[in-house]
Amino acid sequence: MPAFNQSRQTIIRLIFAATFLIIAGRLFILQVVSDKYKLLALDNAVYKKVVYPDRGIIFDRNNKAILNNTIIYDLTVTPYEVRKVDTFFLCKLLSIDTAEFRERIITAIIKNGRYRPSVFEGLLSLDLQAKLEENIWRFPGFTLIERPIRNYLYNAGAHLLGDIGEVDTAIIRRSNYFYQMGDFVGRSGLEQYYESVLMGQRGIQNLIKDNRNRLQGSWENGKYDTAASAGRNLYTYLDIELQQLAEKLMANKVGSIVAIDPQTGGILTMVSGPSFDPNDLTGSTRQKKYANLALDVSAPLMNRATRGMYEPGSTFKPIGGLVALDMGVITADYGVACNGAYHGCARLVRCEHHNPGHAANMRLALANSCNSYFCQIYRLTLDNSKDRSVKKGYARWEEYMNAFGWGKKLGIDLPNELPGNIPDTTEYDKDYRGSWNSCTNVTLGIGQDKMQVTPVQLANAMCIIANKGYYYTPHFVEKIENETAKDSILNKFREKHAALTHIPNEAYEAIHAGMQDVVESGTARSAKVPGISICAKTGTAEKYTILDGKRIKLPNNSMFVCFAPRENPKIAIAVAVENAGFGSTWASPIASFLIEKYLTDSIRTDRMKEVERISNTNLMPSYLKRKQFIADSTRAYFYFNLRKDSSYIKKYLRGYTIKEKKPVKAAQPVKVKASEETVNNRKAQRPADTSSAHAFPDNKIIHIKRPPRKADTIWINDEKHLKNQAS
Amino acid sequence: MRTNNNEISKGIDGLLLLLYILLCLVGIVSIFAATYNEGENIVDSFISFRTDYGKQTMFFLFSLFAGVVILLTDSKFFTATANLWYTAGIFLLLLVFPFHSNIKGTESIIKFGNAFQLQPIQLCIVFANLALSKYMSRIETDFTKLRSQLIAASIVVAPALLAILQQETGLALVYFSFFLVMFREGLPAIVLVIGFSFAILVVATLLMDPNILALILTGIGLLAAYFMRRQIKRYKSVLFWIITIWAICVSIQRFAVPFIFDHVLQPYQVKRIYDTIGKDYIPKDAAALADIEKNTPQKRDAGNYNVKQSKIAIGSGGLLGKGLLKGTQTRYAFVPEQRTDFIFCTIGEGFGFVGSMIFLSIYVILLFRIVTIAERQRSAFSRCYAYGVASVLFFHIAINLCMTMGLAPVIGIPLPFVSYGGLSLVTFSIMIFILLRLDKDRQMVLR
Repeated sequence: MPAFNQSRQTIIRLIFAATFLIIAGRLFILQVVSDKYKLLALDNAVYKKVVYPDRGIIFDRNNKAILNNTIIYDLTVTPYEVRKVDTFFLCKLLSIDTAEFRERIITAIIKNGRYRPSVFEGLLSLDLQAKLEENIWRFPGFTLIERPIRNYLYNAGAHLLGDIGEVDTAIIRRSNYFYQMGDFVGRSGLEQYYESVLMGQRGIQNLIKDNRNRLQGSWENGKYDTAASAGRNLYTYLDIELQQLAEKLMANKVGSIVAIDPQTGGILTMVSGPSFDPNDLTGSTRQKKYANLALDVSAPLMNRATRGMYEPGSTFKPIGGLVALDMGVITADYGVACNGAYHGCARLVRCEHHNPGHAANMRLALANSCNSYFCQIYRLTLDNSKDRSVKKGYARWEEYMNAFGWGKKLGIDLPNELPGNIPDTTEYDKDYRGSWNSCTNVTLGIGQDKMQVTPVQLANAMCIIANKGYYYTPHFVEKIENETAKDSILNKFREKHAALTHIPNEAYEAIHAGMQDVVESGTARSAKVPGISICAKTGTAEKYTILDGKRIKLPNNSMFVCFAPRENPKIAIAVAVENAGFGSTWASPIASFLIEKYLTDSIRTDRMKEVERISNTNLMPSYLKRKQFIADSTRAYFYFNLRKDSSYIKKYLRGYTIKEKKPVKAAQPVKVKASEETVNNRKAQRPADTSSAHAFPDNKIIHIKRPPRKADTIWINDEKHLKNQAS
Repeated sequence: MRTNNNEISKGIDGLLLLLYILLCLVGIVSIFAATYNEGENIVDSFISFRTDYGKQTMFFLFSLFAGVVILLTDSKFFTATANLWYTAGIFLLLLVFPFHSNIKGTESIIKFGNAFQLQPIQLCIVFANLALSKYMSRIETDFTKLRSQLIAASIVVAPALLAILQQETGLALVYFSFFLVMFREGLPAIVLVIGFSFAILVVATLLMDPNILALILTGIGLLAAYFMRRQIKRYKSVLFWIITIWAICVSIQRFAVPFIFDHVLQPYQVKRIYDTIGKDYIPKDAAALADIEKNTPQKRDAGNYNVKQSKIAIGSGGLLGKGLLKGTQTRYAFVPEQRTDFIFCTIGEGFGFVGSMIFLSIYVILLFRIVTIAERQRSAFSRCYAYGVASVLFFHIAINLCMTMGLAPVIGIPLPFVSYGGLSLVTFSIMIFILLRLDKDRQMVLR
């Protein structure tokens, strides 16, 4: 044992010490100096779960809930836990095959991994949910997960209530990243307009997750959690029973009904036809139904009350009369000798009446709806002595129209409202190169020409007349639950607009008298309700459309406006039924039922038969079938061209039976015969056409001559292009 | 031989025994913290030995039993049978080749049924230590001679080579820690210096651009020549040596390291080394890439992922730690292998910097105590053996801790007494108890 090596123990001790010093230094840096790892550990282990509050409930004027929340179930699967599942039984329940089962499991693994649940079948129907609940023990790894959805308790008010949907990137960006992926927001109707009130406040729950993202319970006993607070309820002016009645009357018709309480501006009823069952778009049927609705050319998803533009026709006449009276160009005793047409301009404007004296004064002219009379006073208004030029006169007239809320957005509490159309002088200057006079647009005096209004604007104008000059912006929501000063959203609806109070009372009285006569002895005798003094005006507006390259005249739009009672008015209504004929045949009885229902709270039993009759009448314009056919075949052909697979034609061309089979060329979409099932679906969706005399050959085959085309040409979905091809 | 209880405890180093038991208990608690599931009946689990911490307790009790048996044997028994054990160990290692079962990428484990598995290379550390001590303490061994140095080296390198053949590089490296024993017994310091310099050069090669490193090496050479200009004037051979060393260094850096990395080491090992120094390794050929993928479990960058999560666990402990069973990283299994190789995460996260330093100091005291014990032995055998124990423990501790903190490549060696694993606990316990037994007879000269 050489003694000199003794000293080497010190070196060894030094090596040990140095190494441990390095380790200690590293520990110090990791644990004390650096903050990075604490954050990373939190990132790893804490999952911030967003807790969604219940959305607010919407009530009607009688405090009946009309839109609340309910729960529907999703079947989810955690692939890792799937062991010894009775696959065959599950497939039978879900009516899928085992290949589909496999595919869904694989999709779930790809989407969320083996250890986290993914949706296997979303939005189960009640029946299926009950069956699965009973048998869920047979399927380890499968669970039923709650999912809150909106519930439309009366199956009514689809357009005005709107719906909710997942946010898209545009919404997220617009909200300054307040919303996150997967959030649901109101996408239309009141749901969208009052989103900030209805949504409530999201809560954050801090949950612990493990290395495979499985949740393990709350973090720090929920010390840093924030509670979700439920959305606030909305109390509306809506009368849900009136709404249901109105929707019933509007069944199978294209058009709209708006009823407003003139004293508050509260909207009592708003219907747009054709409508749909809003509950169809919340549950398991959403995908299918939504596609059907979106591709329907009759646009059932569009709210015609705010977005439908109608020529007011004769319903404009009370307003024309008021303007003329206020301008002082006529008095209420002014009369016109009409012999069945207006001859003042080169163009003849026909009138329905020939008998002399039917337009001897304003009251009679209104009651008889004399076209000549109102053309005449329109011209007098424009060519008045004060303004000295027709353009100034027109500008003044336009100001009146804007005061009535026409030609601009009213600002009601629904999104995407349209302003209607009251053309500007510049527009006529452009069209007629500056040389035009009151004769050029004389039909404006009877609510035609370029004038277009939405039913809400029409009803609002009735409110102004009923109130003798003032109005409140039409709106649905009366009050918000727990409203505070911070909720400025309703302020603009509580402001009284004294738009036309400068018109003298006598003028209003004259118009009211004329409008009352319309019901008592004029065109709208069918709207009479005993014991209620109704002021009304019918309207019949001409309609044209372009179909297969030809301009064709459609049946007239049936229009009707009214308010009741004459003194102290409680309800003002505008009804528009497209392509239905005279205003007095369809629109006026509809309005009278609503008045009766609203003011007397019931409809006389002998009149119920009439309600049923109107409800069961199908007034869907027959040209829609043809348009649908063109749209569908264009789409089918487009997809065929993309995929070169004729089965795609079958997919997109729904429900047409082809009567005449002509020899057709290879690439013609209509050659495919739809299956019996889709035909039946189609029939169920559109009730058989009973009344229309304007049938179009809806099954006419389009002959498409395929032009010689270059290899890389892609045909786009262009109706015009297709029309040119059609013989 | 007297075998009553009073006699067993006589002459036993109390501090060493105490530290040993302390570490084992810390180990059981850590394994408990790492693997405990909410709602388990703790007492029941401990008694039934079903859970990992229960099993570890069982192994600890078994180790104590084995320790009593060892303390009851005669100290001469170890000197007498050292070579026999070594031979048996080598034989076991050879048996591994036909009978191994492939577990976790290593081919060094023999399985007996489902319950029991044996990794001879771990057990062999004790035998190699005994055999080395036996050889060094022979009277006829003159350790100043190169021949005996080579024989001593081959005693420890032989099992290491077998281990490398069994794909168990980590444990093979442990055997090189015995060079510390040889250093204590007179191996020229230059061997360690050269070895150390070589390691630094290799790391520098990996980290730096080859040309810059070559320039630096040249600079060092020129500086050395400048400072030694007087000696160079006197002896021309000094200049020759400087140039030779420079040439060797540059050639290692330029040719040897790339050669070793491309042709000797497995691609996945290269990748782990690169991971440690924080560089990306992109192999040139597809086969190498496939090899890396095959050896990285769960298709993710295993080495990197483990180290990252382990660093997060330790780092998130902070100054005082989150408390036992409160660490989110360890409780929710973010660190793979956290009951075995990465057990230190549990301590780092649960008890923070303060706890970790206390834990570290236990190890430091243990090592220093063993060195003290070694130096007080009269017989060279006992001293060599004690240094062997110290070196092996030191290597395990240092590499394991560095591994968990991202300072060393992940080579999968356990933390002594603390990591879960029956064989490793029993092996280290046997080493400690043999040391205690030898220390009891420190006044005797054993041959």
